Amino acid sequence: MSGVETALLAATVESGTGARRRRWLRRYGLAALGGVVIAIWAIAAILAPWIAPYPPDVVNVAGRLLPPSDLHWLGTDVLGRDVFTRVLYGARTSLAVGFIVVLLGALFGTLLGAIAAYIRGWAEEALMRATDLVFCFPPIILAMAIAAALGIGTRNTVIAMLVVWWPKFARLARSLVIGQRSAEYVAAAQAIGFGPSHILFRQIIPNAVGPLVVLVTLDLGNAILVFAGLSFLGLGVVPPTAEWGSMVSEGRELVNQWWVATFPGLAILSVVIGFNFVGDGIRDWLDPHARRR
Amino acid sequence: MHDAAEPILRVENLHTWFFTDGGVVRAVDGVSFTLHPGETLGIVGESGSGKSVTAKSIIRLLDEPARIVEGTISFRGRDMVHLSDEALREIRGAEIAMVFQDPMTSLNPVLRIGRQLVETMTAHRRFGAKAARERGVTLLRRMGMATPERAMNGWPHRFSGGMRQRVMLAMGFANEPTLLIADEPTTALDVTIQAQILDLLRELNADLGTAVILISHDLGVIADVCSRVLVMYAGEVVEEGAPEDLLSDPRHPYTWALLHAAPRLDQANDGDRRLTTIEGQPPDARDWPAGCRFRARCPFAVAKCVEHPDLLPIGEDRAARCWVTQDGATLRPPTHARAVGEARTATGVQPLLEVRALAKHFELPRDSFLEPHRILRAVDGVDFDVFPGETVGLVGESGCGKSTLARVVMRLTEPTEGRIVFDGQDITHMSQAAIRPLRRRMQMIFQDPYGSLNPRMMVGEILSGPLRLHGLVPAGGARERVRELLDLVGLPPAAAARFPHEFSGGQRQRISIARALAVEPGFIIGDEPISALDVNIQAQIINLMIGLQERLGLTYLFIAHDLAVVRHISDRIVVLYLGRVVETAPSQELFARPLHPYTNSLISAVPVPDPHLARRRRRIALQGEVPNAVDPPSGCRFRTRCPAAATRCAEETPSLTQAAPGHFVACHFPGSVTVV
Repeated sequence: MSGVETALLAATVESGTGARRRRWLRRYGLAALGGVVIAIWAIAAILAPWIAPYPPDVVNVAGRLLPPSDLHWLGTDVLGRDVFTRVLYGARTSLAVGFIVVLLGALFGTLLGAIAAYIRGWAEEALMRATDLVFCFPPIILAMAIAAALGIGTRNTVIAMLVVWWPKFARLARSLVIGQRSAEYVAAAQAIGFGPSHILFRQIIPNAVGPLVVLVTLDLGNAILVFAGLSFLGLGVVPPTAEWGSMVSEGRELVNQWWVATFPGLAILSVVIGFNFVGDGIRDWLDPHARRR
Repeated sequence: MHDAAEPILRVENLHTWFFTDGGVVRAVDGVSFTLHPGETLGIVGESGSGKSVTAKSIIRLLDEPARIVEGTISFRGRDMVHLSDEALREIRGAEIAMVFQDPMTSLNPVLRIGRQLVETMTAHRRFGAKAARERGVTLLRRMGMATPERAMNGWPHRFSGGMRQRVMLAMGFANEPTLLIADEPTTALDVTIQAQILDLLRELNADLGTAVILISHDLGVIADVCSRVLVMYAGEVVEEGAPEDLLSDPRHPYTWALLHAAPRLDQANDGDRRLTTIEGQPPDARDWPAGCRFRARCPFAVAKCVEHPDLLPIGEDRAARCWVTQDGATLRPPTHARAVGEARTATGVQPLLEVRALAKHFELPRDSFLEPHRILRAVDGVDFDVFPGETVGLVGESGCGKSTLARVVMRLTEPTEGRIVFDGQDITHMSQAAIRPLRRRMQMIFQDPYGSLNPRMMVGEILSGPLRLHGLVPAGGARERVRELLDLVGLPPAAAARFPHEFSGGQRQRISIARALAVEPGFIIGDEPISALDVNIQAQIINLMIGLQERLGLTYLFIAHDLAVVRHISDRIVVLYLGRVVETAPSQELFARPLHPYTNSLISAVPVPDPHLARRRRRIALQGEVPNAVDPPSGCRFRTRCPAAATRCAEETPSLTQAAPGHFVACHFPGSVTVV
């Protein structure tokens, strides 16, 4: 058999279904795992009222701080509430806040950044200085200050987080639009007579969404983490609402009753890692270099 | 003549394949050749023919998923295919050096020129640091650098493309290699700079006896430098021989097509402006057709071509892979239907476009807060007219302001000074809203077939957008018109439902033309519309543009740097240098009697695919490069490079004056430097 035939044979073997599946797994396996984790949490959050074994807020002092058992899979907390139930309900708050903050932040940030980049001049300058102003402070400290000023409550915390959230999207959108603006298809659209809003929203932005989608996905975990952090510090939700950060906070001094803080902590960990895996996967998928066609 | 010496390189039955997810791309599929010491071998072919992969295979500069699956490469007795990486590193850069196409990315931007040059030498331990530095200076001087000591301390971004390519050549020759592989070394450069680099390459080959493999898509460049030529098509060598034989009497139809597709400066076009093209696209490298790979596009194909031909010798020292010419038949030159060539430039008519004293200055960021802004004078006082129905060619080297001029005329960029009158209306300062109706009547075709179509829009959307914007079709009628437009540019209706990335460069340029035609304009500006395309595709697009002009009565302003193309397509030509018009004349007149020294040197720098003529032709070697438009020379801007410059040229700016009817030139000494 000549070298050519051997190579062709090898190529046929390599492109077989088994090899293709292995290659796919190597590239997107973690992303798929992340997607499964997120999907499980999303389903749990939606179905919490039906699948949770106990009501989330009913105090039962007699059954406080019970270790994990058949009755209470993840034990009970200081007020005798079922930890498993509260972790499920906590997913509702955490995921909802994460999505709202990141999507609204992305929307505002992208709009502002894209418009500023397209019209340039003083608008761009003003926007960039505004983002600098926000970037001057560590995000969680600034969010804490704003949340504290507005008062405790989920809505106020979301507003505080939005204030620190939009600038990164504005920056990214600006640099993406600047990159696209000098492309010849933009000049071609101008030459045909399209107005600026058509060119920006219908032509440029569709070409810039890829990296924005990646940032949104990677950022969801981050937003959930920051919100949990704020709740941990007592700024997020109003008790007795179930929320992972505040649950960790409640259990932080109970060294012997480890289950109170550990399970909500693991919930945060799994969601954040899940979103990161998915974000990495999307980035690889959008990046032709990593994709190695 | 080179039978006496043993060949230094022997490539036999080389197969380099790319194992991609989409299938096996058989880029190089059975290439054999030998190279003797001191020989200059040219490899020609269109993009995707496998010429670069062949060159990279020689020094195994191949990344995954590319693999050499069969064949041998023996370089001075060593088996390059199976050599260890370490032994290979010893050879790369020392015995075999390589110069790449893009001088902008092949130097490391964060290291000084001198350091990169010295490291090339010290890496192979042939020179100590001090000796290497001295040799670096000598080499840069040899490469034609005016101040080599200063260049050694310079950063790559301070150098122009031509200068960087000189640095790359210096690095290539630093270790006195036996073989230099140059992969399209002049493709990214202007003609005058290309001429300088090719001269240099030829001299270095003669002086140092280094063998050269020159890869190019341009037969003229190959004929200029090489003593033997390989023509590649679809991963195979289809013809091999001396350039004299190959170019006067091609024995493979593909060579024949390459030779006749490009317009040539040494052949007058007599009326017929259409070029000879071959149909269709090169075949898919994942699935080469059985039989002769060129058969589907070949105008000479016979029944026997269903069998795959071998590369067999025909006559003395040449070989071809073709059944038709195997028995000594020659390929007849193409016959042109002689159309009556009438000058389409109307006289006594009102011009469609009048440009007067037009200037575009860009304000550059200042170096420090205290300094004034520096001004880049991209276009600096340009006058010209375009009359209805004619084609005006605009030529000049990069940096002469031709693209800026096009954008200012289209009002994509605001003019700084001057006046633009389109069909009697002064559009110089018209608002974008007021100019919108006029956009229906003037359109533009862009240079980059990859960047000028929005990658996220389907072709149907790209073409129907302009129709809807200008209200040109009733609701629901866009689809029919899109089909008409696609048909007009020779694309199937199914193209409407596909995205731009599914098309080749030439097809995209057709889509670009269809988009420009969507609004039924009378005037089209082509900003280098064919520069990024292969020769045969260029010819197809030129023919398309000429056909459309005849059918639709279009007026063209055609911008290009390729003089042969411009001469072929234009009725009148405007020559631009550093933002000013230096000469303008009817096309035939300009090439028969060029008056400005710059025009003369441009014409002399164009390589001609005819070795006999190339050796006879006088070349006016232009010194140096185009000066910076931030601080242009006083008086005549060309004087710093002009062989005829006198003191008057520095003091007095020559104005554009009429030398013959319709022939204007801005020079104090017109006609003092001639090639014709």
